[in-house]
Amino acid sequence: MDDEPVIDEPIEEVPPPPPPRRIAYRHRLPTRLWHWLNAITVFVMLMSGMMIFNAHPHLYWGQYGANFDHPWLSFHGRPMPGWATIPSTYNLAAARRWHLAFAWLLTVPLLLFLITSVLNRHAHRDLAPTRDEVKPSHIWHDIQEHARLRFPTGDAALRYNVLQKLSYVGVIFALLPLMVLTGLAMSPAMDAAWPWLLDLFGGRQSARSIHFICAALLLGFILVHLTMVLLAGPINEIGSMITGRFSVPPERSGDG
Amino acid sequence: MIDRRRFIATGASGLLLSGCDRLNNSPEFRGVLRSAEKLTMASQRLISPRDALAREYSEADLSPIFRSNGTRVPGTPEYTQHAAEQFANWWLQVDGLVARPLSIPLATLRTLPHKTQITRHDCVEGWSAIGKWHGVQLWRILEHAGLSTRAKYIVFHCADRFGDKPYYESIDLVDALHPQTLIAWGLNGHFLPIPNGAPLRLRVERQLGYKQAKYIQRIEAVDSLAGIQGGKGGYWEDNVDYEWYAGI
Repeated sequence: MDDEPVIDEPIEEVPPPPPPRRIAYRHRLPTRLWHWLNAITVFVMLMSGMMIFNAHPHLYWGQYGANFDHPWLSFHGRPMPGWATIPSTYNLAAARRWHLAFAWLLTVPLLLFLITSVLNRHAHRDLAPTRDEVKPSHIWHDIQEHARLRFPTGDAALRYNVLQKLSYVGVIFALLPLMVLTGLAMSPAMDAAWPWLLDLFGGRQSARSIHFICAALLLGFILVHLTMVLLAGPINEIGSMITGRFSVPPERSGDG
Repeated sequence: MIDRRRFIATGASGLLLSGCDRLNNSPEFRGVLRSAEKLTMASQRLISPRDALAREYSEADLSPIFRSNGTRVPGTPEYTQHAAEQFANWWLQVDGLVARPLSIPLATLRTLPHKTQITRHDCVEGWSAIGKWHGVQLWRILEHAGLSTRAKYIVFHCADRFGDKPYYESIDLVDALHPQTLIAWGLNGHFLPIPNGAPLRLRVERQLGYKQAKYIQRIEAVDSLAGIQGGKGGYWEDNVDYEWYAGI
């Protein structure tokens, strides 16, 4: 090892060529880690959940529900195809092992995110829509812009637009907690420990139905989310969720 | 172009799936998944008072038909004989780590102080049925037999068989001594029907359906499950890797 003192040699500074685009730090490390953990976890939960659904593909409202009762949704055979389930062949025991293990990876980080994002005001600053944004005229304008595939540029691209905010808040603060709570309400031990779970959802079979509906909504969110990433520029969008750095689309000229 | 995309998409989902299936078949990975069962059990026990009660329902909540599952008729000659005699010669054995091994005739068991409870039966498959159970609290039987302090688990040996393997189940003392844990002999005001476990079945209300052993002939108190059958504490646990702790 050379322990020579480091000499500060004057380095000739070459001015870098002006960057074609501004780079902004957009996602902090915990957000990025949580995003990719969820990308894995949510897929495992959906796919193992679909395998579990195959064991009894009938949904009911109320406290009880079995083959002689009246389902509101019912399928013949095993409706979920092998390519969409974990494992790919019928195996209730294995699917439950996956589902109930990954449930921890979904729940604990979610809880941490919910608490810290409220405490450090990330939720308030970046996710909660402002009073102006929830005006119907603003939302309608945003819907039109999305429909024309005109995405925000410049500084506006660094903030979430109102449709993004509503969907992220909906998923993080409503859909995912509902998935967890309805999942817990299906546990006979949890129902004994926290009987309010049954009252909250109107019974175990109602909770199971809501669990399924929320899973379908979550799948819908993922499909829209992936579509928007592709439309908005997948390399920049995915890259920013890996490195945190986002290349800001330059301001459109003549933008009203 | 579209064909190539489809090819790539199918290939990618195929890789993902075969990856998941490979993980599923890896003993190490299954071991990691299995450790979640202990975490879940410890967490649920941590937040549950020891005697937290499962919800009890009213008559109005009863399932019109209480479906059965698993064995619907144990076809062994011995059981068929018992059923023909309307279980007049059915005895419940209580042995293992107890001071006074018992042999209780069914008729005597039915005259012991009993508890009636309307509870929900949750199958691992997802369905639920609500029924009114009549039976003797297990803690009374264990107290009568003088349960040893060395006992950690209660094992239920059943008369039904899957192939050449007898059905059995086990619970620990937290559930065995719980006030809603019954050796049930009645359902909805009648003696148990055969599909629901005649003449005796377990009710352990904070766990799933496959723990509710039917056709019980013998209750054994043990300090370890290792020496019994496959060693995992139950027929489904041994043979298809269902969780031993079925609180969720």
